[in-house]
Amino acid sequence: MKKLFVPLVIVAAAMFAYAPVAINKVPLESTMLLVQKIFYFHFATWMALTAAIAVCGVASLISLFKGSKVADWYGVASAELVVIFGVFGLFSGSLWGRKAWGVWWQWDPRVTMATMLVLIFLGYLMVRKYGGPGSEKLAAAMGIFGAATAPFVYKATDWWRNIHPPTTVMRTLGEKFPAAWDLVLYCTGAFLLLVVLLLAARVRLEAMRAELDRMYLALED
Amino acid sequence: MVRRVLFACLSIVLASAPVFAQQPGQEFVPVTGPVTEQIPAAPLVISSYAFFLVLLFVYLWTIWRRIGKVEADMRALERQTERGQHR
Repeated sequence: MKKLFVPLVIVAAAMFAYAPVAINKVPLESTMLLVQKIFYFHFATWMALTAAIAVCGVASLISLFKGSKVADWYGVASAELVVIFGVFGLFSGSLWGRKAWGVWWQWDPRVTMATMLVLIFLGYLMVRKYGGPGSEKLAAAMGIFGAATAPFVYKATDWWRNIHPPTTVMRTLGEKFPAAWDLVLYCTGAFLLLVVLLLAARVRLEAMRAELDRMYLALED
Repeated sequence: MVRRVLFACLSIVLASAPVFAQQPGQEFVPVTGPVTEQIPAAPLVISSYAFFLVLLFVYLWTIWRRIGKVEADMRALERQTERGQHR
C-alpha cells in the first residue's frame, strides 16, 4: 500500500478535479432541473459511507472476538469516515430537500434513520476518546450494531414510504438516463478510492500511536 | 324542542366550518406579473460541493496535524532515550 499510496492520491485528485466538469456537462433532469446535480456526490457519499460501515463492522467483529489490534485500528479509522461522509450526506440531502421538498429538513424514515446511524458512529468515537481503559471492546460492540443498522437505513424508503425517493430510482436510472448513470458510477468510484486512501492514512496514524505507546512503555521499563 | 333543533343546526354549521375553510386551497390561481423561481437552485448546488471540499480539506488537515504531533512526540522520546543512554 505504501508504494501505491502516492499514485492513487494522484488518480483520486484527477478524478475529483474532473468531476465538476463532468457534472456540468451531464444534461439536466426533467423535473428537478439544476438541483438534481447534487445527486452525483450525494449518492456517492452514501456509497462511501456504506463501504466504511462494512469495514467498521468486520473490523469490530474481528477486534471483539479475536482481540486483533490491527482490526481495532481499522475499526476506529472507518468509524471516523462514517461520521465524515454521513455529515456530508445529510448536509447535501438537506440542500437538495430545500429545493425539491421546500424544507431544509424532513423527518422522513430514511433521513431520520440515517441521522441515527451517524449518531451511533459518533457515539463510537466518543466512547473511544472518553471511555478510558477497555473502551475498545465497548466501541467494537457499537460498531457491530451500527453496521447491523445500515440495511434498515437502505430499505427504509421501501418499507415506510414517505417523501424520500425509493431504491427503485437507482434500478431504472441506467435505462432512463444513461449519462447520469455513467456519472454516478464515476463519482462512486472516486469516493470509494477516497475511502481507501483516507483509511490508509488513518490506520497509519493508529499504527504510529501504538508505536509511541510501545516506546513510552519501553522507557518506563 | 326549538332549542334542540337550533343546537343541532349550529353544530352542523360549526362542524362543516373546516371544510369551507379548505376551499380556497383547492383552486388554481393564475399568477400575475413576472414569474421567478422562489428558491434558486444554483446556490444550493454550489454550497453542496463547496461544503464537501471544505470538509475534506479540514479532515485531511486534522490527520496531517495528528500525524505530525505523534512524530514530534516520537522524536522527543528518542532524544530522551539517547540522553539516558549517554548518562
